[in-house]
This record gives sequence, structure tokens and C-alpha cells, in this order.
Amino acid sequence: MTATSLSPDGDRGAARVLSAPLLSAHGLTRRFPGVLALDRVDLEGRVGEVLALVGENGAGKSTLLKLLAGVDRPDSGEMQFEGAPWRPATPRAAASSGVALVHQELCLAENLSAAANIALGREPRRFGLVKRAEVREFARAALDRVGARFDPESLVATLSAGERQLVEIAKGLAEEARVLILDEPTSSLTMRETERLFEVVRKLRSEGVLVIYVSHRLGEVLELADRAIVLRDGCNAGMLEGDTLTRAGLVKSMVGREEAAVRGRSFEAGDGAAALELRALRTEDWPACPVNLAVAPGEIVGLAGLVGAGRTELLETIFGLRGAVGGTAQLAGQPFAPSGPRAAIAAGVALVPEDRKEHGLLLDEPVRANLALATLERRRRGPLVDAAAERVVAESAVARLGIRTSTIEQIAGTLSGGNQQKVVIGRWLETAPRVLLLDEPTRGVDVGAREELYALLEDLAKAGLSVLFASSDLEELLRLADRIVVMHEGAIAGEVLRSEANETRVMELATGGSTMENKDA
Amino acid sequence: MNVRGKVLGIFALLVVIVIVTGSLNPRFFGAGNLENVTQRTALFGILGIGAAFPIVTGGIDLSIGAVVGLSATLLPWLLDAGWSAPAALLMVLLVGASLGALHGLCITRLGLQPFVVTLCGLLIYRGVARQWTGDQTQGFSGLHDGLRSLATGRPFSIGAFDVPAPLLILLVVGLLAGLFLGRSVWGRWLLALGRNPTAAHYAGVPVNRMTVVAYVISSLLASLGGILFALDVGSVQPASMGNFYELYAIAAAVLGGCSLRGGEGSILGVILGAAVMRLLYNSIVLLGIPSQLEFAIVGGVLLLGAIADETVRRFAQNRRAKERARARSDTT
Repeated sequence: MTATSLSPDGDRGAARVLSAPLLSAHGLTRRFPGVLALDRVDLEGRVGEVLALVGENGAGKSTLLKLLAGVDRPDSGEMQFEGAPWRPATPRAAASSGVALVHQELCLAENLSAAANIALGREPRRFGLVKRAEVREFARAALDRVGARFDPESLVATLSAGERQLVEIAKGLAEEARVLILDEPTSSLTMRETERLFEVVRKLRSEGVLVIYVSHRLGEVLELADRAIVLRDGCNAGMLEGDTLTRAGLVKSMVGREEAAVRGRSFEAGDGAAALELRALRTEDWPACPVNLAVAPGEIVGLAGLVGAGRTELLETIFGLRGAVGGTAQLAGQPFAPSGPRAAIAAGVALVPEDRKEHGLLLDEPVRANLALATLERRRRGPLVDAAAERVVAESAVARLGIRTSTIEQIAGTLSGGNQQKVVIGRWLETAPRVLLLDEPTRGVDVGAREELYALLEDLAKAGLSVLFASSDLEELLRLADRIVVMHEGAIAGEVLRSEANETRVMELATGGSTMENKDA
Repeated sequence: MNVRGKVLGIFALLVVIVIVTGSLNPRFFGAGNLENVTQRTALFGILGIGAAFPIVTGGIDLSIGAVVGLSATLLPWLLDAGWSAPAALLMVLLVGASLGALHGLCITRLGLQPFVVTLCGLLIYRGVARQWTGDQTQGFSGLHDGLRSLATGRPFSIGAFDVPAPLLILLVVGLLAGLFLGRSVWGRWLLALGRNPTAAHYAGVPVNRMTVVAYVISSLLASLGGILFALDVGSVQPASMGNFYELYAIAAAVLGGCSLRGGEGSILGVILGAAVMRLLYNSIVLLGIPSQLEFAIVGGVLLLGAIADETVRRFAQNRRAKERARARSDTT
């Protein structure tokens, strides 16, 4: 890293200006079989700052975090912490020295209380028995520090995603952490929980903690970070702060080029029957909310709403994964009431689910088998799989979608998030759907791959495919949808045409009409 | 280690047992002994292939031994009651398949755990077989020699080796099962739902139906095994026929590369696994090891196999780590 100069941008005080790096790394290199994950990467974090670490999937962020937190060791290069060489042997050792990593996927024992989780592995003991009162106090103090207001004795299973995140952070902080590493902390949080988390991060910064913050959401980085280090292909690709820390600057550093221009797509619905029409459809989860919705052939409709607004339930009901309790659906004018995914697929409807690891992929199977899974039956020869056709189809899907994989036999779980998502989408396109439903199509997908997916969906729509997608990402909704339908507590709260759409309008509807401050810069 | 690696490993183990036993006691290579071993391998191989299917879906079938016992008891009883041989065979297989369907429906429709369902099956079918027959030994009364040759016959010879009939049955069953699991659409669905049942369901795989199919295959083959065991020994004791056979079958499947986590399995591996189990038993007899030790030795070999599997995996990992370390010291 080149910029070690002092940064006198006034707002947050002298302590930072004068401080030497608290945690630094120089020339870190880590090689995996066939991949140079990190190539001479430098990093410097100071006392009392929020240092964002951004980059596309596969840029080396996770590897770097693992080295800093003692999960993995570098092949070469060195690290320093508080002025001394830093070679943590294990995550435990790193944590007890003051460098705590909060994982992206939360690692809590759901059957235990929040307090038991926070104290796990370091329970105050007497004669081998846990001193429960001390555990409670210990946990209470740690939870207070992150502003958590729930009872430490609550079972983790009963806590919300945001509360669990706080438990994880409290667990990391319980050992007097001076460095707190947060890996995609908001990926499963609601907006309100995200705001709470930000408050906690700011409070910790004011207490002198170095927070290393990894996120795909550039809005969060802009709002929260003092500086941002960008990684690309395992190398340092820039350090942004002050005036240079802008969305355009981040995107340019991440993808190595300017952000793609806003699309020129315009859509006019024809006179024919809607490709998909819901008439007073009522889902099991919101039986009192009849939903009316139509998607024209070739139209891209976005479903906006807060977490829990009923978007996933609606998509899954259309796809036949859940039963409808009332109302009807029509597909190109024909009644459509699938008994399950098989019937929906046969009728020409496909669903790309929200959780691609749980609901989408066979992570241990090759790309080929994943692409073929929904169409094995169509391309069979007698009772047998048509293996030759399967290979041809997989090769063409890989080429068409630009899936970056060594061969079609690569194991799907080893691909990056964006490429995994393309495999799932590729599987569904193989079924030649007329209506494509997508639930959070770019969750965990990096910026460059997002644009590719958007372009792909637009091309498909141009060819007549109707797309209905749910997204919590306002930028994505505004970028992709011809029309945004906003849901609130199971019902459709309103509809915004592309020409009149903006973030404030969508958020107003999503929150039940109340105005909401526009948090995204 | 992938399935192919595991199959190679079990094959290597088989070769080692053959060489060691054969060199310590040349009688091992006698035609009579080899015929005996292959005949027993065939019988247990059929059970093992059945056991593999629920395991591939991530489940387990503990009722195999009891279904063997029930089927083996039912066949002579039906014949004794005047049924014709084909009708009796069909009836026994039908009962077996129905029990499997029942297991599958309990698991998919009622949401019960496979372990619990098939454990209850084990207890119930054993009890039913004993009550029905009054615990009396069932036999063929010296009749049905033609039928019995399905299990005891030697239809043709290769040199001095008279090929046992069950070996041919095993080959047919193995070929069909291998084709089914490895090449058919249904087989791919089974493997997919073993890996991730939710993803398979979302992709339109009829997960419940395929799960039922897996348990039907398991019980059907257990039934076929029961028929052959009954025809082989000639007199069936309802209280003991097939006891512990589910464990032999599951051990053969696991030795042969089926992961108990589901989604992985090889029919060839299962047959080799069954062969290793029978060869071990044969070695115990030929090498004069007290037969009371049989279970201990089989258990020991299984454990060693699991340890070897894990050790090879770690060794490969360590070697990669060392290579990295060497590369690191070269650069500094």
C-alpha cells in the first residue's frame, strides 16, 4: 500500500491522525492449488477507524481475513499487530490477543442461550461446573456493549438474524478485542437491524476499536467507512478515502473499468393476454391478503418490500411449493394451479430460489449434473439419462451464460457465488420457461457478475420471457425492472412505473406509506 | 476421497485378503472353497445392493435381516400350503416390496426418521414370523429340489470351478442396479436427493416418490435374499434366520463406498464390500481362528478400513501443505 500519509480530514479527531497502524500486513501471499488467492497484499488499519475491505467474489477478501484472524497462514509476507510481529496460530489465539473475526455465516449453537454462546469455551468454572451467574454477568456486559436489549438467557433459536449478529459480535468483543473483523455482517439483516449494527460499529470506533468491514453493499461502505481498501484478483487495487471514496471510484477499482451505463431498455406491453396473471391469489402465510398481479410477455417486474413482506411466499406459491388458500392464477390465459414444482416446470414456470446453497445447488456435484437436474426427464433415452446430450447442453449453457469454470465437471461448490448463481439460472433456462421467477437473483453475487446477469435477463425478456423477481436491493430494482410492485405485510402496497421510480417512493410504499429517510448516499 | 478411489481401495483390500489367506492355507484356492465363498458373497451381495439404496438417499434400512427372516419363513409355509412355486415366489417378493413401500410412506408422509421406522420393522417382522409359525422350523420336506437349485445349483462350470447359481442372480441384480443408479434418470434423482433433498425438490425431482422407491428396492432385494437363503439351507428357524444380516448388508454398502451422509454410492463397490466380508469369514475358518472371534475380526477390519480411508485423506492434505511450505521457504 502506498498511502501511509496522515489524513487530516477533520471529523474524527487527533487520535487517529497520530496513531501508528494498529494492525498491518505487508506483501501477504497465499497460494492454493492452481490459484494465487493473494498476491503481495498490503493493509494498514489504525486505532479507531472503520476500514472497509471491498472487492468482487474471488478477489481474495476472505483469504485475507483468514490470515489476519489466524484461521490460515500466509505463504509469505508478514503481519504486525500493536507494533509486534503477528503470527496467530489459531482463531482462538487471535481472539484472545484481541483480533476477533465475525463470520459471514453465523456459527452459533442454536440450542443454547445467547449467554452460553458468548461464554462458550471460556466458561468460568468451579470444580468443573459452570458458574452460571458469572456467565450471565459476563454475557450481559458484552451484550450491553453492542447495545443488545434482549435477555442473555434467550435461546439463540428464538433470536432474529440481527440479534444473532449482535451475539456474534458480543462474543468477539468479550475478549477485549482491539480489532473486530466483520465479514458481510448485513447480508441477512433487515434495514432496521442494519441501522442498529451501524450504531454499534460507530460506537466501537469511538472506543478506539479498529473495525475491518467487508461488504458487497457499496452504500454501506460509503456510509460507514473512513477508508476502503479494494482487492481485485488477489492484488491491492486501490485505497480510497475522503474525496476519492465514492461509489464510482469503488466500482472502478473493483471491476477495473467504469460502471456500466444505465440501460437504454424501454418496454411497452402488447395487447395480448398476460404471461402470468394472479387474481386475488391468497397465500397460506397471508390468507387475508388477496394479490392481483399481471406480468406481460417480455416484461420484467420487480417485487420490492422489506424482509418478511411476503415476496418469497408469493413466488413459492406461484411455483407450487406452497398451496394457495384462495384466488386463481393464469398462465397465458390458461388456468394454472400447479401441485408442485414438477407441474409448474411442465407448465413453463421456473423459480430461481433465494438460498442457492440450501435450495438451489447440489454443492458436491459437478456443474454438468447441476445444470441438467431439472431436465433429466425430458432428455432421457428410455429410462436412461442421455449422457451425451447432457454434456452438450452443459457446455452450451456454460458458454452462453459465461460461467467461469475449468470444465463442466468442476464441483459446483468450488465456484464463486456469481458463477454458482449462473449455474442455477442456467438450469432453469434449460427448462425453456415462459415465466421466470427469481428470488434475490444477485444475493452474494459480485458487481461485475451482476451486470452480466442483468444483461442476460434483459436479453431473455427481449426474446419474450416474462420475468418476476423479488429483490431487497433498491439499486437492482431500479436498474432492472420495467415496473416495481411493492409489497407490505403480504399485500401489494403499490406499483411504481420505471419512469417515475425512485428509492424514496419505493421505500415509502414498502414501509407502509410512512416516510423514511433515504439512507443510501 | 471419491467413490472411484474407495472402490479401488476396497478392491486392494480384497486382493490382500486373498493373497494372505491363500499363501497361509493353499486349500483356499480349492474349487470347492471358492465356490462356497462366491455363493455366500452372492447372497450377501444382493442384500448389500438393497441396503445401498436407502443409504444413497441419506437414510438407512435396519429391517433387512427381519425381512430376510420373514421371507425365508413365508416361502416354505406357502409351498407347504399348496401354492405353486412361481405363485409363492411372487407372493413373497410382493410382501417384501409392500413392506418397503410401507417404510417409505412412513418416512415421507408421516415424516418419521428412517432409523426409527426400520428399527420398528425389524422388531415387528421378526415377532410376526415367529408367532405365525409357532416358532416351528420351516422346511421343504425334501421336495422342491428344482426350486432349491436356484440357490444351491451349479448350472455350468469354468474349468474346475462350478459356477454357483446365486452368482448369476447377483450379476443380473448388480447389472440392473448399477444401470439404475448410475445411468437412469431415477438413479440420478436418488443421488441428487441424497445430496440435497430441498434443492432436488425445487428442481422438480419427485423426492417423496423416489424415497419410497429406494426403500422398496431395499426390502424387495431383502426378500429375494430371504428366498435364496431359505432355498440354500433348506430348513428355516423363524427366530434366528437373517439375524444381524442388516448389519452385514450395511457394512458391505459402506465398505463399498456408500457415504452414510447420502448422495454417494457404487454398486460394484457394494459387491466388492460383500466379497470382503465373506472372504474374512472364510479366512477365519481356514486359518483356524476361533469362529467366536468372527464379529470382532469383521468389526476390526471395518474400523481399520475407516481409519485407512481417513488417513489417506489426511496424508494427501498434509503433502499438499508441505509442498506449499517448501515453496514458501524457496521464495524467502
